[in-house]
Formats: sequence, structure tokens, C-alpha cells
Amino acid sequence: MSHDGHHSVVIPAPGPEFVPHTVAHHFDTPVQEFQSLKLGFWLFLATEILLFGGLFAAYFYYHDLYPETFREGGRLLSWKLGALNTSVLLASSWTMAMGVRSAQTSQKKKTLIFCGLTVLGAAAFMVVKFFEYKSKHDHGLVIFTELFSGYDEAAKQLPWFKDYDGAMANVPHGHMFFAIYLTMTAIHGIHVLIGAGLILWIMKGTAKGRFHAGYYLPVDLVGLYWHLVDLIWIFLFPLLYLVP
Amino acid sequence: MTTNVPVIDAHPTVPGLPKNYLNCSRGFMSWAGTLDHKRIGIMYLIGTLLTFLAGGVFALLVRLHLWEPHGMLFTNEKYNQIFTLHGAFMVFLFVIPAIPGALGNMVLPLMLGAKDVALPRLNLLSFYLWLSGAVLATLAIVLGGFDTGWTFYAPYSLYTNQAVVTIGLAIFLLGFSSIFTGLNFIVTTHKLRAAGLTWFRMPLFVWAIYATAILQVLATPVLGITVLLVAFERLYHIGIFDPRLGGDPVLFEHFFWFYSHPAVYIMVLPAFGIISETVSVHSRKPLFGYKLIAFSSLAIAIISFLVWGHHMFTSGQSTYAMFAFSFLTFFVAIPTAIKEFSWVATIWKGSIALNSPMLYTLAFLIIFAIGGLTGVILGALNVDLHLHDTYFVVAHFHYVMMGSIALAFFAGLHHWWPKMFGVIYDETLAKIACGIIFVGFNITFVPQFIMGSQGMPRRYATYVDEFHGYHQVSTIGAMILGSGVALMVYYLVASLLQRKPAMENQWGGVTLDWQTPTPPPLENFYAPPKVTHEVYDYSTLDLKTLQRPVS
Repeated sequence: MSHDGHHSVVIPAPGPEFVPHTVAHHFDTPVQEFQSLKLGFWLFLATEILLFGGLFAAYFYYHDLYPETFREGGRLLSWKLGALNTSVLLASSWTMAMGVRSAQTSQKKKTLIFCGLTVLGAAAFMVVKFFEYKSKHDHGLVIFTELFSGYDEAAKQLPWFKDYDGAMANVPHGHMFFAIYLTMTAIHGIHVLIGAGLILWIMKGTAKGRFHAGYYLPVDLVGLYWHLVDLIWIFLFPLLYLVP
Repeated sequence: MTTNVPVIDAHPTVPGLPKNYLNCSRGFMSWAGTLDHKRIGIMYLIGTLLTFLAGGVFALLVRLHLWEPHGMLFTNEKYNQIFTLHGAFMVFLFVIPAIPGALGNMVLPLMLGAKDVALPRLNLLSFYLWLSGAVLATLAIVLGGFDTGWTFYAPYSLYTNQAVVTIGLAIFLLGFSSIFTGLNFIVTTHKLRAAGLTWFRMPLFVWAIYATAILQVLATPVLGITVLLVAFERLYHIGIFDPRLGGDPVLFEHFFWFYSHPAVYIMVLPAFGIISETVSVHSRKPLFGYKLIAFSSLAIAIISFLVWGHHMFTSGQSTYAMFAFSFLTFFVAIPTAIKEFSWVATIWKGSIALNSPMLYTLAFLIIFAIGGLTGVILGALNVDLHLHDTYFVVAHFHYVMMGSIALAFFAGLHHWWPKMFGVIYDETLAKIACGIIFVGFNITFVPQFIMGSQGMPRRYATYVDEFHGYHQVSTIGAMILGSGVALMVYYLVASLLQRKPAMENQWGGVTLDWQTPTPPPLENFYAPPKVTHEVYDYSTLDLKTLQRPVS
């Protein structure tokens, strides 16, 4: 192993359509590089869970404080759309796992197909989400155009929560459920978009032949990220849609 | 000459061999785009020292204002902004990032015998996140400032008509800078140790940084989501912390302190790590209770997650929770005391060299004993009800943050300065500055203990006449302290200009960071080091060969 940086460790490409991988200069072996990045990524996933942990803590706290608000609010969500999105994400986790497997076995075309299907799943999820948000907007439960209008001190009213149907009229602080619903699903939605972007980046690298049996780490890590995004939704779905 | 490594000639005399990390490449981009942990460490050092000086200027302004009971310089609103700036700059831009970012980056890979940290790109990203946070924080001053105190307590932080969202975003970015640094150091410690460097042969600075990193990774995301929620609350009024909308401001305090108490240990554990190094090297004696110190760092890291409620004894919690928090707070004093006693026992019968790093270390040991014990006093429920939000608390945490952490940082800075730059500062001036800082610090904060115990509330722009004398003594002390720091900055900068060469191994250290050339080459070691001896084994140290001047 050279320490003057003149020659580095190279993992050969399994075929002419692939590119060899050069191990970063400060690692001695490919295994060391693989394990380091993997450990680092798991730690990063832990921080993601803790970040959402704050939101889950807020959910449980206010669920405990205003149980009727959460019961009535949850009834206004469409559990069918939620279940549809849950199925879409679960299926996309399967396609992502297949994509990782294909990369590990140097099957370029299959990797591209499965990653592509995963991106489609992400897009489908966001489309369903859009229609859910739109329905909340139309019923005056989360009026997106009024989100940043500020608090009306004189009328003691929130501009983004008008509740046209009076569905939340009999419970205290009806906006609270929708504030938490919006914050949690929006931050989750941003993660879905980031995940889709990362998978597109993986597809680009796959097309160039960068990932193969000798080196598939980035595919693996993006796969882990996608499973986490899925996992968080699996908790969000019952808490927001089914608990009532 | 070696205790930890087989013979490596650290002084290749053949011309044309690799240069050191400072002169191996030139130009702005060779620094701004560097992936070398040592250069990133230097950039952190410059950045955090500048914010420390800015925070220090704010502190002096606060003290000057309090020279007179009705306040001398500012309106009350302006005063609120100035002490908030002092707190926010010192905590988020200096104390949390300084030791891991500057000294940790510089020394940790050297101590492990690694060529770099495990994730160099992420390391550079951490620095730029820090820089963006610093720029945003400065921008927040321009945009009208912020007057919430560094704690951003709701509901005031939700209502005040100032740049809270900007500083909130700054803290979010600084948080991720801290997370990525911690993540990097955990991976580096696990995966990049030199051959033969077992966990119990690692220097205690590495153990301390490792324990810190666990806290950075596990606690900081909670701060991230908390400031994000405050920003959302201000932008579109979700109501989570806003009592007008059914929210609970005490929930903010729980979220905030769930991070910010562990953050106290994110700040102090690296300082402990530095002291473990300096106390051993400058006493030329293996550390007393090596494993106890290592495990006490981990114990502190774990217990620190369970004591946040002691910041909220007057905020309304259940009596039983307060009882548990109080007990756990006493409990955290045990591993901390293990460290203090171990350091003192290390000095005992050592070959003590009163070099300037050692003087800073001794100052730390004295001040930290006071800072730590007054914390135990505040952990007692009934006493805290009297002392809460008084100058007693202010004095307590300044004994820890300024007197302990900043002085440990100075100790480490003086200890590794010759390693970093290959030059040595004026040792006489360094000793004088240390004395001035120690005296000035105590003159500043002893009166604050006294007036705090008599009921002087913190954060007030004015005060009753009976505290006039204490405040004036405190202000004089702050000026002395400030002049000591100014002297330090002077001789450190002067040392870079005068370029008086340091020794290869200035203090006779035996850990791997002292087994590389001074300053180290780009990839730290010419051949991969192999550790065959226990850590802090001074038995075979041959000073004559080690202390050759840098060529």
C-alpha cells in the first residue's frame, strides 16, 4: 500500500460496460472504505429518526392534551388515500431493494428499471399527497394560500384555519391536529423528494457503469435512506389516519 | 526514541521529500477547497477565535453597561440584544464547535495514526455549515438583532418583533455542522485506528471526543427540530408552543433542554480530553485511572441525557420528576469528580514542567472544581428555587464555560500550537497572560456568586444600589480578563510572524500526534504507524533525540 499517493487501491470493473472504482486515498482497503461509509450513514439515519422524534413527541403530547381534537381531525383525513400511499411506498421499498440487489449482481439494466420504478412510486405518492392537501385546502382546514398571513390578533383567528364545514367546531383548538398533520407530512414529503432526487442520481451513475458487484455502496446507502422514508410513513399513517 | 511506533525517521534529510501540510500547496482554493483535516482544523481555529473575540466584545459591553445601577451605555432593549448576542455567539459559534472543530480536527487523526478523517468531504461541509451559520448570525444582527436570550424561550421568542427566524436558521445549520463533525469522528475512531492501537491504547482526548460525538449525533437533531418548529410557529403559527393557540411553552423548554443539557457536555467533554493530555505530558507521568477517565466520559454522556429537567425547576413540572432530575444531577457529579481526582493524582509525584499549557491546566483544575461544585449546589431543589435566574447561576456556568472550557481550549491551543505551525510563542508572555486571565476571571465572577446569592437577577439592564460595588468589581475583573486575552492573541499572532522554530516534540509527548514530523506532512505519516506500547508510557522517552528543532 502506498502512502505517498502515487498509486491507489482500485477495484476492477466486472466488464467493459462498467467503470473501475478507486478507493479514496485515506483508506487502506475497500472493506475499510465500505464499512466507514456504511457506519457513517447509519449514524446519519439515527439523526433523522431523532429529528422526527421531536415531531412524534409533539404529536403524543397534544394527542394526550386534546384527545377529542385528534379524534375528530383524524376522521377528516381520507384513510383510503392514506392506505393507497402506504401501499405505494411499501411497493417502492421492494423495488428499491431489488434495485440494490441488481447493482450488487452487476445487472445494469435491471438496476435502472427498478430504480426507475421507485422514482415513479415517489411521484405517485406525491400526487396522492397533493390531492389530499387540496381537499384540506378546499375545506378550509389548511388554507395553503393563507399560511404566511400571520395571526389575526384582533379577531383571535388563524387565517389558514377557517373550517368552512364546522367539522371541528365542538373540539378545543381544532387547528392543532392539522398543524401537526401538515408539519409532519410536509417534512416527510420533503424527504420523499430528496430520496427521489438521490435515486435519480444513482440511475445516472448506473447508466455510466459506476456501480457493479465490486462497488455498489452508494446504491446501498440510498436504498437505506429510501427504506427510512418508508418506515417513517409507516408510523405516520396509523397515527394520523387510523387512530380515530 | 519511540515508545508507540517502530523507528520512523521523522526528519528526512533527502531533498525533495514531501513538504508539510502548510506549504505543500498554495493559493486560496488550496485552502477553501481543502479536504485535509489539518487545514480544515486551522480554518475552524481562525473562525472560532474570531467569534470568541466578537462574543468577548459583547461581554465587555454588557459589563460596561452595568457599571452604573441605571445602566451606562444602552437602552434596555439594546441591552437585551447585546447579552443575547454574547450568549448566542459564545455558545453556538465558539464553545460548541471550537474544540472538536479546531483541535479535534487537527489532532484526532494524528492520534489515531490515520491519514485523514474517515469522511473528508463531509468534514469540509461541516466547516461550511459553520461558516454559513456564522454569516447568518451576523446577518441577524444587521436585520435588527434578537433579544430572546440564547435560550429562545417561548412564548417571547414567538412574539418579539426581531430576527428570530434568521438566527433560528443559523442555529439549525450550526447544529448540522456539529452533527456531521461528531458523525465523522465516530466513524474515524472506529475504522481508522493504526495497527496495534486498541481502544485502551487510545489517548484520552480521543475517548473524550468520541463521547462528545455520541452526544452531538444523538442530541443535536432535537435542537434542529426545535428551532425549526419555532420558525414554523413564527411563519405560519402552528400553535405548538404558542399558548394563545392551545400550545404549551413548557414543551419548548423540554425540547430545548433535552438538547441543551447534553450540549453542556458537548462543550465540556472535549475540554476534559485536552486536560487529560496536558496533565500527563507536562507531569511526564501516565494518567492515573486511565480506564476510569475513559469510562467516566461515556457515563457522563449517558447520564447527561437524563438531567435536562434541572433547568426547569421553576417552570412547572411534577414534584416526582423534579426529585428524579435533582437526584440524577447529583449523580452526574460522580464521574466528573473521578476525572478531577484522577488529574490531580496524575500530577502527584510527577516531573512537573510549568510550561504555559500546564499553567492553563492548573488554572482549569482550580476553576473547574468551583464550577462543578456550585453546579451540585444548584442541583438541590430547594436551593435552586432561591438561586434560579440569579447571578449565582451566571457565575456557575461561566466558571464552567469560560473558566473551564475556554481555559482548557487555551491549554490545548498552547499545547498543540508548535505542532500545528512549527513555531513557538513567547513563553514568558504566555505565562503572564495566563496569570492575568486567571486573576481577571475570578475577580469578574466571584462577586457574581455573592450578589447572586443575595438575589441579583440575571438579564436585568438595571439593578438596585446595594449591588453597585459588586458590579463595579466584576466589570474591572472583566477588563483585566479581556486584556489577558488580548495579550494572548498578540503573542500567538506574533509567533507566526517571528517564526521562532519549535522543537520536533516540544513537550515530550508520547502519543502518535507527537510521533509525526512537525508540522505534519499532508498525509500525516511517512509510513503507517504501528503501536506496540501502552499509551502514556514515558519510560523510553529520550528527550535528546525528540527535541531537535524543526528544520
